[in-house]
This record gives sequence, structure tokens and C-alpha cells, in this order.
Amino acid sequence: MTLVVPGYQRDDAGAHPPLLSPGYKSTVLRAPSQAPILLPHTLTEVTGPLLGEGRVTAADADLTKNAGGEAQGQRIILHGQVRDSDGRPVPHTLVEVWQANAAGRYLHKLDQHDTPLDPHFVGVGRAMTDSMGRYRFVTIKPGAYPWRNHFNAWRPAHVHFSLFGRSFTQRLVTQMYFPDDPLFPYDPVFNSVPEDARHRLISRFDLSATVEEWALGFEFDIVLRGRGATPMEEQS
Amino acid sequence: MSHTPSQTVGPYLSIGLPWPDGPFVVEADAPSAFLLHGIVTDGTGAPVPDALIETWQADPDGRFDHPDDPRGAAKGFRGFGRCPTDDSGRYEIRTQKPGPVPGPDGPQAPHIDVSVFARGLLHRVVTRIYFPNEPANATDPVLLTVPPDRRETLIAAPAPDGYRFDIRLQGTDETVFFAI
Repeated sequence: MTLVVPGYQRDDAGAHPPLLSPGYKSTVLRAPSQAPILLPHTLTEVTGPLLGEGRVTAADADLTKNAGGEAQGQRIILHGQVRDSDGRPVPHTLVEVWQANAAGRYLHKLDQHDTPLDPHFVGVGRAMTDSMGRYRFVTIKPGAYPWRNHFNAWRPAHVHFSLFGRSFTQRLVTQMYFPDDPLFPYDPVFNSVPEDARHRLISRFDLSATVEEWALGFEFDIVLRGRGATPMEEQS
Repeated sequence: MSHTPSQTVGPYLSIGLPWPDGPFVVEADAPSAFLLHGIVTDGTGAPVPDALIETWQADPDGRFDHPDDPRGAAKGFRGFGRCPTDDSGRYEIRTQKPGPVPGPDGPQAPHIDVSVFARGLLHRVVTRIYFPNEPANATDPVLLTVPPDRRETLIAAPAPDGYRFDIRLQGTDETVFFAI
């Protein structure tokens, strides 16, 4: 069987960090040394897992409550729209998040940072985008935390995001940061991204999403790849 | 609109990404189900214990459970597997062999698309798993773009319980990765 299907746009040259970014030491032994080989977008790449329906409940989007009890820290509402680079919403796609607690500690055996664990905060959430590609989480603002990449290294507060999109080519894992963080100039993970693209990782304080006497709102829009411009005809 | 940049999953990906049923693309009693497993290693050959493997593949008839497969859905075949590596860098997926998938110039050899995420990988890396002793490998349009002396890194090895596919991120016999 012969089949030509419309592919997806390739990555923007200036969007993603180079795999080898020596300032972030863990890249040195893990970044492949050979150049990647161009993979055509066949049916395997233009399809992808459509996950989440029936797997995710509304409660999964509230990280302040999904561990039982009330998480400690500054409550925030984190919302945004997932679109592709043509501006089209990406509906009904799974968004997964994970993060440190308000004291900057992850609920993980390897995180030995000397700040308290919160018995009411696991730090994981899931949500589906709606028909317009919108998602919404209730969580707490994560704390900054030290890591051992270099002397006096501290990660800016961030939330990890994972998205599937509608195809294997749209898969994205990223980190969302908060506005005006004083740690930005010193963080090699944030600064691995080309300078012109770094602002796309920073959420925007959103007064309209802020709820009086309850939580601050932040907006973080995410852009995945768009479809190839010219769908080709099926060949005989 | 410009793409959102990628970032590393960091060392604590096991908080947010694994699922209890993630490694099971198919049920244990699915016909010809097997285990696909291997070790992820770094440039020194050391295991990578904080990686996550994701797989995407067609069903045994070569179809995808997705609206963009013009032949129609594959009726609930999830096609997706996800497994974090353990302390020894090992992952394990239970799946079935995919059928041949249509390509631009005829059928492709059976293959599984793979994403690798890890601390120290600022962007996922992508590879493909092919199967040994598969006549269609000789004409597969993707395999043919790979230098002959590196194709071996894309072909799984038979194992008593299924197939073994090791992923070498860097160094000697570095796995071929693809730009998608």
C-alpha cells in the first residue's frame, strides 16, 4: 500500500536548546554526539496516542487537594491554551504536570533538600484540554531549590509540563517559570534555550484569573507544531 | 506562532510521568505478546537510571488507533507504551509486533517509534526499533537513509522472552537518533 499523508512542520531552528549544553553538566555524557538523521513524517509520526479520556478526572487538576487535606503554600491558578504553530487550538489532549512543594522539595527518594515535605502535597496533576485547547490547574507556587550542578546553584521556581498533542511529532516536555524570577540569569537549564525563545517559558501574571481572597492567577500558553502547509494527494 | 521550547524532565520525572499500566501496550494474554526490554546507557556505558522510554506503534495489522489513519481505527489498540528505567537503567514494555505500515513509496518494515526522556536530555531523542530477520528491512525507506554500519543499532535482538533493544545515548555504537 502506498500512502502520502500531510506531515507536520519541523522544529523552529531557534526554539529548542541544543542537546549538548555544557553549563548543564548532565548533558555532557548524555547528549548524542552524532547528528540526527532526518525522519520523514509517515503514518507512524503523524498519528500518536490520544490519551486521557476516561483516565483523568476533574479532581486530578487540583494539586492542593489531590493528596487529601490542604496543601501548604501560596495557592495559584495555572491556566492557558494549547495551540499549534498555525494558531489552531489542540483540543482534548492530555496535559501532565509535576513540581516541587512550596518549600522547594520534591516528594522523591532522591530529593534530600533540607526543607519540609508537605503531607498534603504530592506534586502531580493531570488535565485534558477542552474543545478550545484550554487547560486549568489549581496548585501552589513551587519553591526554588538548590541542586549540585555548580557552586551555589538554585533552580528558579518551575512546573514541569508534558503534552502529547495529536501526533508523535507534537510530543513536548517543558518547564514553566514565573515572571521576574531573580534566578533566571544563573540557571543553565533555563538559559540552555536560545535567548530569543526564553520568554516563551515564562508564565504571565493574570489578574483576570486571580480569585479574590483565594488564589493568584498565572497564564501559560503552549505552542506545539502545526501541520505541514500543503497536504499531498494520495498516490495510486 | 513560535513553538514552546523543550526542557529536560529532570531527575524527578517519576513523580509525574509513569502510570501503573504504562508498560503494557497489550494485555498479557494478547496473541504473541512479548517483552521488549533493554538498558539505557550514557557516554561511559553507565546505566541511566532516571530515563523514561515511550513507544508508539501500529497494531499487528499495521493500523493505528487514530483518526488520521485513513483506513480506520484499530479498535482500541493503544499503541502507546511508557516505562521509566530502573536503578540498572532497564526498561520493559509488553507489546505485540506491529504490522507493516504504509509509507510514501510502499510499505515500511515493521517498526516502533521511541522517545527517550532523561535528566540531562534537554529535548527528547527519537529512535526506531526494527526487527531482526525481516525481509522488508532491506527496502525500508527509513533504514536505507541510515549509514549501513550504523543500522545495526536500530535492530532489536532476539531474547528468550521477546526482544532486547539497548539505547546508547552517546559513544561507541551510539544509537541512531532521528530528527523529526
